[in-house]
This record gives sequence, C-alpha cells and structure tokens, in this order.
Amino acid sequence: MSRGVKNILATTTGIIFVGGLIGVVAAWLQQAGNPANMAICVACFGRDIAGAIGLHRAAVVQYLRPEILGFVLGSFGAALVFKEFKPTGGSSPLIRFVLGMIAMIGALVFLGCPWRVILRLAGGDGNALFGLGGLIVGVWIGTLFFKKGFNLGRSQGQSISAGLMLPLIMAGLLVLRFLFPPIPGEAQSGVLWYSIQGPGASYAPLAISLAVGLGIGFLAQRSRFCTMGAIRDVILFNQWYLMFGFLALLVAALGANMVLGQFHPGFEGQPIAHTMWFWNFAGMVVAGLAFALAGGCPGRQLFMSGEGNSDAAIFVLGSLVGAAVAHNFGLASSAQGIGPHGMAAVIISMLVLLGIGITHCKR
Amino acid sequence: MKPTTLDARGLSCPQPVLLAFQAMREMGSGHLEILVDNEASQENVRRAVVSQGWTPTITKLNENDYVLRCEKS
Repeated sequence: MSRGVKNILATTTGIIFVGGLIGVVAAWLQQAGNPANMAICVACFGRDIAGAIGLHRAAVVQYLRPEILGFVLGSFGAALVFKEFKPTGGSSPLIRFVLGMIAMIGALVFLGCPWRVILRLAGGDGNALFGLGGLIVGVWIGTLFFKKGFNLGRSQGQSISAGLMLPLIMAGLLVLRFLFPPIPGEAQSGVLWYSIQGPGASYAPLAISLAVGLGIGFLAQRSRFCTMGAIRDVILFNQWYLMFGFLALLVAALGANMVLGQFHPGFEGQPIAHTMWFWNFAGMVVAGLAFALAGGCPGRQLFMSGEGNSDAAIFVLGSLVGAAVAHNFGLASSAQGIGPHGMAAVIISMLVLLGIGITHCKR
Repeated sequence: MKPTTLDARGLSCPQPVLLAFQAMREMGSGHLEILVDNEASQENVRRAVVSQGWTPTITKLNENDYVLRCEKS
C-alpha cells in the first residue's frame, strides 16, 4: 500500500470526514431502528451486549449490538490491510480492567459514552451539557496526572494469538448472532438474551448495523478518531487535530437531525436520559478521568483492540463486567434518575481513580 | 553535537507526545531523535514537533519502529 493512500485519513480533512460521517450515519441509524439520541453509543451498546450474553439481567437492555462487533472487526481489517496489526500488551492489565469497569459505571450514571454526549446534544438534550462539562473536567483531572508523570508502564510485543483474542471473541459473538437470531416476542433465542421492550428492543436490521460498524471501525482505525483524546490534546498541548473530528461529529449529527426532524431541544422527557444535573456531571467526571488514564475513549479502545492491542482489549472486557455490575448492583441510571446505589458508585469510583492516578506518578 | 534521543517505544498515548514537548521545551533548538513503535505515535509526534517549528525526518527502522530526527536552528 502506498504511503500516499495510507495517510489520507490521518489528516485534518480526513478526521473531519470521519467525524462527520459518524454523525450523519448515527442520525440515520435512528431512522433505521436504533434507540433515539443513542444510535451508536459505545457504553450503551456494550451494556446491551453484556445483557445479551447474560452478564446482567436488566430485561430492557439486552441485545448483541452488531455495531460494536463491527468496530473491532473493521479496525482489525484496516490494521491487516495497512500492516498495522501488531500484538502488544502487558502495560498494567489489571489496572486497565478496573479502569474499563469504572469508565462504564460512570458512563451509565450519566447514560452514555462521549459519543452519546455529542449525539444527545445534537438531538437537543440539554442534560448532555452537564455530561459534556463532566467529561471535560474528568479529562482535565487526567491531564494533571499526566503532568505529574502518570504512566501505566511500557507495553511489549506479544504473541499473535494475544493480539487476535478480542477480534476472535467478537467474531465468535457474531457467529452466535447468526445462529440465534431474535424471535419476535421471545426473551431468549438459544444462548442469547433479547429485550422485548425498551431500548434493547430498538435496533436497525442486522446487515445495516454490521455494515456501519465495520465501516466506522475501518475508518476510525485509519484516522485515530478519539473523543477523549480530542479534549485531552487541546488541554494538554493545544493540539486540535482530534478535536476537529469531535466537532465534525457534533455539527454533522446536528445538521442531520434537523433535516430528519430529530432535533427536539429541552431538558425534560429526553430519550433514555434523566434530569439530575449533578449526577449527569459527576458520572461523566468519573468516566472522563477513567478514559484519560486508560488512554482512550471506549470507541478508541475497541479500535485499538482490533490493532492487536491487548491492553485496550482488557479495558473492553472490564467495561463489559462494569456494565454487568452497574445493572446487577443498581448503580446504573434510568429515565427516572440515578440508580439506588449510583451515588455510592460515583464516590467509590472517584476514590479508586485518584488512588490509581497517584500511585502511577513518577515525580 | 550529539543528538538528544528519546525512546518512546511501548508508551501509550499521550506519553510520546508529552515527552517530545518536554524535550523541545528544554532544548529550545538543536537536534532531537525520537523513537516510537507504531504508526499512530509517529503521526502524533510528527504533528507535535511541526507545531513547535521543528523539522522532522522520519525513517522506518524495522517492521515496527520509527525514528523521527527533528531539527530546529
């Protein structure tokens, strides 16, 4: 592959294209059947996958989201084509697992990953402003740790099988989805769980979801699209490359929502959202700090997993377990507000993150 | 003068860029060599040094590693 072709997407124009495309596709996926103002939320969809394989039993959020499987497999494909597939790992795996858990718990207190912060804003959900504020503060706290020399240690080259593990797990889940498709009115099909009602019952046709996932996975691997990195690089270095992708996603989704009649400004009654502003903020502070310490938003962790990065893969597995814990222990929010133990979850998560941060600073 | 060398291999985002900024600030000008072990880090570090007025020459050392030889007079 020539170098000219290789780097087109890793330019400012390239990342604006990728961010914009994700925004338009997200708006369109809602027309195709995905939940409103969610479309392709990595946290929500990870949570749905945890439900689909029975890690939690929240009946309304169980669906094996093909988009997420596609993200990893699409990135894996791009990494193979462009010779960037490189099995690495061994940089504080257990810490990364816990960061994944906490990131998911924080995101489920707010009800969304950074992508959904943007998509909720683009749909007119004012509560997402507090989520955005929290995300920025969380990442900012992360940059303070970076300035103190925060480092989870160097990764090393690993065996090919280590790098293939998460792509293979995703491929295996995809096989299950083909073997056990949803049966109308049934909560179970073979080994997979499905929602009969609620957000988990809203989904685009398999072919569309999978194609979108694979496409975005491929393009995002090339462009290094990362929403946490966007905020971090502006705060830390005044580098705007990733931020252009972030802003393009917002502008494109907003425009597409306007055109499709999906823009409904307000705070009350927004789809799959609650109005407890402080916990929207605090949940995302926790998530933002966890993303920052782990070196990528949940989407980017999926894309890096596809490149053979088993540190990112461990974060992903931690986030699935975090989703299960969040629902099993009543930490996750719903449209009615935060869960019965949501406050405790935010406080404990914050303390754990600060502990991880302090103990990994060199200076 | 012998160039200052930074080994950023195996470091995850944003460490390579952070180290590069730190070195450029301390040196002001001169000859800086930065080793990275993946394409994404190479791109990030390149953007960072260019933004500070340094001129990088990028060489692929082997299957994984790159060296960015950066100069500023």
